[in-house]
Amino acid sequence: MSGLVQHLVVIPVVLPLLAGAFLLVIDEPRHVLKASISLASTLLLLLAALALAVRADAAVTHVYSLGGWLAPAGIVLVADRLAAVMVLLTAVLGLTALLFSLARWHRVGPHFHALVQFLFSGLGGAFLTGDLFNLFVFFELLLAASYGLALHGGGILRVRAGLHYIVVNLAASLLFLVGASLLYGMAGTLNMADLAVRLPQIPVHDRPLLEVGAAVLGVAFLVKAGMWPLGFWLPATYSASSAPAAALFCILSKVGIYAVLRVSYVVFGGLPVADLIAYGGMITLAFGMVGMLGSQDLGRIASFSLLSSAGTLLAAVGVGGVATIAPALLYLLTSTLGTAALFLLVELIDRSRTPGANVLAVTADAFGLQDEEEEPEEPVGVLIPASMAMLGLAFSFTSLLIAGLPPLAGFVAKFSLMAAILHTDAIAARAWVLLGLVLLSGLASVIALARAGVRAFWGGSGVVPRVRLIEIVPVGALIAACLALTVFAGPAMAYLHNAADALHPADAYIREVLRAP
Amino acid sequence: MEIVVALGIAVLTASGVWLVLRPRTFQVIVGLSLLSYAVNLFIFVMGWVRGGVAPIVATMGATDPSRFADPLPQALVLTAIVIAFATTALLLVVLLAARGLTGTDHVDGQEPER
Repeated sequence: MSGLVQHLVVIPVVLPLLAGAFLLVIDEPRHVLKASISLASTLLLLLAALALAVRADAAVTHVYSLGGWLAPAGIVLVADRLAAVMVLLTAVLGLTALLFSLARWHRVGPHFHALVQFLFSGLGGAFLTGDLFNLFVFFELLLAASYGLALHGGGILRVRAGLHYIVVNLAASLLFLVGASLLYGMAGTLNMADLAVRLPQIPVHDRPLLEVGAAVLGVAFLVKAGMWPLGFWLPATYSASSAPAAALFCILSKVGIYAVLRVSYVVFGGLPVADLIAYGGMITLAFGMVGMLGSQDLGRIASFSLLSSAGTLLAAVGVGGVATIAPALLYLLTSTLGTAALFLLVELIDRSRTPGANVLAVTADAFGLQDEEEEPEEPVGVLIPASMAMLGLAFSFTSLLIAGLPPLAGFVAKFSLMAAILHTDAIAARAWVLLGLVLLSGLASVIALARAGVRAFWGGSGVVPRVRLIEIVPVGALIAACLALTVFAGPAMAYLHNAADALHPADAYIREVLRAP
Repeated sequence: MEIVVALGIAVLTASGVWLVLRPRTFQVIVGLSLLSYAVNLFIFVMGWVRGGVAPIVATMGATDPSRFADPLPQALVLTAIVIAFATTALLLVVLLAARGLTGTDHVDGQEPER
């Protein structure tokens, strides 16, 4: 057993990778077998993530040297609290999205389960890796899986949006490589802890080149995070993709923010261009807000709310600095869970407007589904009494969550975020602007979501959407997770404060990585 | 030699960026390939030691380690090539699908109105 615990850190990377590889060789019609393998792997991932989060709280960091090669030369996986929290979030989100997809989405295109598992593997690796080049490799792994998932279900809309998504992300990946290689050329290492040690020794005349490298790297991260003006691809792609894929994508934009935080605080000991991030974040927030108000379609509203939450995070970290990291992380958790729930709900609510499974109709001819004959008229399943009421309840909870109104965790997160910004030593003018923007974006979310909700629930076609239990339970689980975050806000904040403390003076991280046994 | 390599990277990058900004999907994919060549060359140059010897410790006679070329960028380039190749292939598939579904090779899926 102790052997397994010792290898706990590598499980979030290897387990989904193996499961995904295994799923590839199973024939497409064997849906039940594929779903069970995928579900089992995700459950194990969740357990591993829980164990990792608990263990990470006990010690500072767990360093896992792959192949037994020690840190500066070898490749390491590092699990500290921040990474553990992100892996846990991935697992929770993944399990709910996967459950949701079991209703029908996983049969609408080839290799859905394998792609999801590869996405988990890439996400786990990106959160846990200790060096820049492997961050690139895992980014590519999760992006490649996300390209497939963005196109899942097919159709012109998805292919058109996916084309832009892939091109933008390929270009960003090339920038990532340029940045990483510039840092390597200047510092002679790619290990983040080692980089932090070597940076002060770099001669002054080489510094500008190093800063260019860091800036290029930052641009690559911010494209993933969707910061204005690098995030125009996001709303089109996310609103076009299928519901479970869009829910999974909620964490993809957080990977960029995680990478910005991790690389900045470990390598550079602070946010190097805090002003730029702060203003960029504020513009993103405003852009997302205006986008939410200007959208008719619920899917686009959800995408823009994702953008504005990414903007809030970036701006908060840029303005407030170290003190705001912990509340920002709480906001990251709640906004990810909330937006994912909204993305799942969008599809269920849309059914009341367009009776029948119009999505299936579009995709069936593209993929030549075999089980078309088995379910000719009723692909959606049994009718739950008062499903409309359930949907309405879930929708209002999700709206509260996204807008940041009490009693759900969105409020706690936004409140602590604003408190942290107000507690910074000298409140600059931009802090007030940010506070105003955060409040306004809450109002904008309420207006946009209420308008969409009224149209969907009261002004609809009168068709009661057919919702299967397996579709509403994941939404409920996401909301319940946020409810749990409200009830246990104290312990959660304490954990995240510890995570932020370990992130900012990253001395312990650097020491542990470089002296790994 | 450095000048030639630097010029090569510059020309590849410039052509790549110019092509990526074209509105036709085929030009975009060629542009991305050129960009990835430029980036690979760039990584390679990062570990360049002029006249560096292969980093192999000979059994007979001590080789001066300071003359070794840095092997790490070569390993990085290898990985980067594989990844760029795979993702470009994936893009090609999507491009073909988009061409088939929309009937045009414009990147927006429809010809701009004039």
